[in-house]
Amino acid sequence: MHPAFSVIFLTTLIGVGQGLFLALFSSQTYSIVNVLPAQPGGYYALGGLIALGFLAAGLVASFFHLGHPERAWRSASQWRTSWLSREVIALPLVMGLLFLYAVVNWLELDADLFGWRLHGQVPLIVGALGAAATLGLFLCTGMIYGAVKFLQTWATPLTVLNYFLLGSASGFVFAAAYAAFKAPNVVEFYAAWAMVLIVAAFAGRAAALLRNARIKQVANLQTAIGIRHSKVQQRAMGFMGGSYNTREYRHGKGLAFLKSVKWIFLALVFPIPFLLLWLGLALGSSTAYVAAFAVQYVGLLFERWFFFAQADHPQNLYYQVVG
Amino acid sequence: MTQLALVIDLNVCVGCHACVTSCKQWNTSGQAGPLFDDHPYDKDPTGTFFNRVQTYEIGEFPNTETLHFPKSCLHCEEPPCVPVCPTGASYKRKEDGIVLVDYDKCIGCKYCSWACPYGAREFDEKQKVMKKCTLCVDRIYDQSIPEDRRKPACVISCPTSARLFGDVHDPESEVSIAIREGGGYQLMPEWGSKPANHYLPRRKTKMRIHEDELVRADNPLKKEDIRKEKSTDVTLDDWLM
Repeated sequence: MHPAFSVIFLTTLIGVGQGLFLALFSSQTYSIVNVLPAQPGGYYALGGLIALGFLAAGLVASFFHLGHPERAWRSASQWRTSWLSREVIALPLVMGLLFLYAVVNWLELDADLFGWRLHGQVPLIVGALGAAATLGLFLCTGMIYGAVKFLQTWATPLTVLNYFLLGSASGFVFAAAYAAFKAPNVVEFYAAWAMVLIVAAFAGRAAALLRNARIKQVANLQTAIGIRHSKVQQRAMGFMGGSYNTREYRHGKGLAFLKSVKWIFLALVFPIPFLLLWLGLALGSSTAYVAAFAVQYVGLLFERWFFFAQADHPQNLYYQVVG
Repeated sequence: MTQLALVIDLNVCVGCHACVTSCKQWNTSGQAGPLFDDHPYDKDPTGTFFNRVQTYEIGEFPNTETLHFPKSCLHCEEPPCVPVCPTGASYKRKEDGIVLVDYDKCIGCKYCSWACPYGAREFDEKQKVMKKCTLCVDRIYDQSIPEDRRKPACVISCPTSARLFGDVHDPESEVSIAIREGGGYQLMPEWGSKPANHYLPRRKTKMRIHEDELVRADNPLKKEDIRKEKSTDVTLDDWLM
């Protein structure tokens, strides 16, 4: 497929936003039961707003993908059948809950809802709803690609898993960088979990790469035109100047380019941020955390580009030779 | 339930592209506005078409065969492009099974084209909406056109009548009989999209002649040798001669 930058930015940015929110919410949950030192409400509020900013930036990026962004409201209507429509509902829902989460923390609203005599039950409820919606959004984003069965490169549960793991990892790395400035006493929590998530994401992404290297294509030129002969070649695709079919479904780069992008993202997303996080933990350097996030985000752009470019659409069987 | 579709006879198609040009002409002149064209008379012309004719070579020299292969939307009975549409702009008509795009609802997200394994949908870069073959829905029901010409433009224009149009759910329709008796097949049936359009295969009229049919091994005259003895009886021939 031809990687569209709007979608690359959409999926990577909302991934960071969702991961950051999960990081904030998990640390707040821990602090309620005194596993982690509690932070002032403003810390979670500002973090929540930053996560909201990432999601909003992703939303803006997504509009550049549309031919008619003014009709985008219509895309919430087919949630019964379309994962894209479900994502269109889930994204504003997460954003709304994130805003609510930020407000609740900012105002430090509190009430003993369950009779536990613990502080922070209201943000816990709002955050739990937000976390559920966030996981739902990961599912929707992954299933948009995972549900197209003839894009065999994507049609695997690994697609959903990797959207979740890569988004969460980048969000936790950002949370470590954010906490390095705002709440140094919980940095270790975020950085350690970020390292775990990076390892998990590497396992998931490597599994997807291995699977895709061994994929057996269901369709071939023989079934595409219905001719039973082992030697069938296209001689003319019916036009010479290119069409939507020749532009949208191919990345247009050579195999060497594709391969180098793969190794670039494998380096930038996994080992380098991992080492930088470790450096940050060892030296207590906030710069290392910021660098870890920056490197990983650039790597994720490469990763997403590769994700799209690697998918081979069966319609390409019909468009092989100009003439 | 009606399912309108095309049946394309690959045995008859000569690859003249008349269906391509007539399709473009009809569909660029309709209510939906012109089909996008960029540099039509310049270098690298490109544009949106609903129909393409491709050419394939089967076999290896000297045993080769040329196949001309017209390709358009197959109006699947289980169209994978329809449920993925987030706006409902992409839909399949209940009354006749035509898969259509509502150009006023389409947001141009291109997701439907990703979900079509046949590459039948083409994006209109000017109107920024997805477009596809409509089976000339604005023509086949038009009462102002003589009844025998209420067919898709590609069917009307085909000089060799390689394209048939009709209801593939009606077992006695011309298209159903053609599919049934001519070995009609679907493209990429492995995806389960059940294309309504069918293709009739290339056919060669062959006669299998056995050697004993060339050499007359069992001449009845030799076998029975009816010339050996002449009848001495008076026959009807004697009277007439």
